[in-house]
Amino acid sequence: MRDTFRGGVHPNDQKRLAREVPLRSFDPKGEMVFPVAQHIGKPAKAIVKKGDAVQVGQIIAQADGFVSANIICSCSGTVKAVEKRRIISGAMAECIVVDNDGLFTPIEGLGQEEDASSLSNDEILNRIQAAGIVGLGGAGFPTHVKLKPRDPEAIRYVIANGAECEPYLTCNDQLMREEPKAIVDGIKLVLRLFPNARGYIGIEDNKPEAITAMKSACAGEDKIDVVVLRTKYPQGGEHNLITVIAGVDYPVAKLPADVGCIVDNVGTLYAIERAVAHNEPLFRHVLTVSGDAVKKPGNFIVRDGTSFEELVEACGGLKDNVDLKKALSGGPMMGFAVGSLKVNVQKTTNGITLLGSDPAEKAQAQMTACLHCGRCTTVCPAGLLPQLLAEAAEAKDYERYEKKLYGLECVACGSCTYICPAKRPLTQTFKQAKAEITAIKRAAVAQAGGK
Amino acid sequence: MNGNIILITTVVITLIGAIVGIGLVWTGKKFHVDVDERETAVRECLPGNNCGACGFAGCDALAAAIAKGEAPAGSCPVGGKPVAEMIAAIMGTDAEMAERKVAFVRCKGSCGVTKNQGNYVGVMDCRSVALNGLSITDCDFGCLGLGSCVSVCPNDAIHVVDGVAVVNERKCVGCGLCAKACPKGLIELVPESRRVRVQCSNRDRGPQVKAVCSAGCIGCMLCTRQCEFEAITVTNNLAHVNYANCTLCGKCAEKCPVKVITAL
Repeated sequence: MRDTFRGGVHPNDQKRLAREVPLRSFDPKGEMVFPVAQHIGKPAKAIVKKGDAVQVGQIIAQADGFVSANIICSCSGTVKAVEKRRIISGAMAECIVVDNDGLFTPIEGLGQEEDASSLSNDEILNRIQAAGIVGLGGAGFPTHVKLKPRDPEAIRYVIANGAECEPYLTCNDQLMREEPKAIVDGIKLVLRLFPNARGYIGIEDNKPEAITAMKSACAGEDKIDVVVLRTKYPQGGEHNLITVIAGVDYPVAKLPADVGCIVDNVGTLYAIERAVAHNEPLFRHVLTVSGDAVKKPGNFIVRDGTSFEELVEACGGLKDNVDLKKALSGGPMMGFAVGSLKVNVQKTTNGITLLGSDPAEKAQAQMTACLHCGRCTTVCPAGLLPQLLAEAAEAKDYERYEKKLYGLECVACGSCTYICPAKRPLTQTFKQAKAEITAIKRAAVAQAGGK
Repeated sequence: MNGNIILITTVVITLIGAIVGIGLVWTGKKFHVDVDERETAVRECLPGNNCGACGFAGCDALAAAIAKGEAPAGSCPVGGKPVAEMIAAIMGTDAEMAERKVAFVRCKGSCGVTKNQGNYVGVMDCRSVALNGLSITDCDFGCLGLGSCVSVCPNDAIHVVDGVAVVNERKCVGCGLCAKACPKGLIELVPESRRVRVQCSNRDRGPQVKAVCSAGCIGCMLCTRQCEFEAITVTNNLAHVNYANCTLCGKCAEKCPVKVITAL
């Protein structure tokens, strides 16, 4: 184990706003919207149509292929439409809209306790797959794919990611305090798939209560340890966790499984435990609503498809004297701005941050040319040279960006943008460059296929 | 003794001179390229932007093609009539010009007719938004207004006015750089005289268009019923003008309920 990873920044974490608020189950009243693509991979195929009656826990869109995930209905009612709606990312995407009857009638067998100890490995994986579980840390990679590496024997580390380094977000902190046993059970289920692995729960040292809770929950477990991590953004990045806990550095082209690691968010592990031992597929998860524009920030167990508006209302609404300048899905570092609150929670939405001022707008007003101070280089956790990358990206020299400067290793953590004294929008530039390179490659593949 | 040195030096220098001279003459003959004088002259008439609007790889390539007779004298849309006349004089051909084309933005989505989703802050490049499948306004097809076209225009002929790109046709030379730069594919080159054009690119159905923009084509087909010349069709919920058939009568524009067909 290493002390910490290279680079990183210390933003004001603002966790005090919601850190002591216990998790609250929130049952929405309005219509529920379920995009069919909430994960990395192929979008799911809608298997309900307008007018169909649906229940809580019912699969409403079937995974299409291996790297895909089922979409589970989180309310009961009738399907209103299957149409294009604006989703969190700002794009129009196919969604299943359900008219919520407010009764939350569960499908038969939902929540039934089951003895997981008798299940075989395949059965565990099948249940995870059927439950539509994806990585709840934000990326949304289907978990059943992650848990099926080429060589399960080679996995040495199963890492539960409880770092929660994103400012404002405190829902995983609360989850670890309230459900430590279930998370440990989730880790134990995953450990059964990997005979040579040990479990590690990585938690930043700014969450002492969660550390205590998790330590006492895994007191009798000889294969699971709690690892206290130094508080530094982006400690919760998969790569950084592996660097610290497993002590290995690896190129981004490789997967964690290639270096013997499986990293899962604590929320995902909780969902695994619910799915396998309680027959409850993934239709709700934890989420923080925070920010200086909202009256009573809080942590929720929220149903997928709930509209942001209702959640903000559940927090007492917006402050009267504050103008909502910026609404973010997720936290301020990795989250993205949403144009309006008329969007709906997806599986991977772990926070709503409402700000009374727009830091990005201020930054843009103060932007100057690059000072070549090199601060971005010192904070980049991937060890890149953001200043040169930005030059290459702005000159559209993607060859240099990719081959000479390894720009595809950027994890878009935002540390460089945060630290930049010239207030340059570095991360956005890199995101764009990466999208351009992907588009160029896709075009090349299409051309080669056409010939 | 001294005289000898002078003699040897003179002989050696003369010999070297002779060898180099013969070499130069030989290589000159061997690698001789016939340059058409007219090509050089034509090249000098061309603007030298290397914009590629003619379809050739820059002005040199066009000059060569004209000199060989592979391209007409009026091939340079940027130079227009004056350049065509000069080239015609050199080549001794007709100075007939293809009709001047101008860029046309098929979107009317200014701030007055459609709403922005939010306050966009960040890189001022339309591609950065469009690559992620996003849009600035509620309309997913319309102009993003971040000015990628403005930044590539060599003639200052396109500007973002009130959230939508607008072409100054007097300055536009029809080079098509803006059309290539637009990630939404909104800009097309149209013959200057074709004044009846459809100023929308939204391929959604009517109600969806109405919900996002008050100036979008709703695919109502009224225009097709007006036209006596089959010059306007609606495909994918969007009207298209067939410029070859259009007689510029303007009846379609008159009837258009959303005034998306312009008779400029």
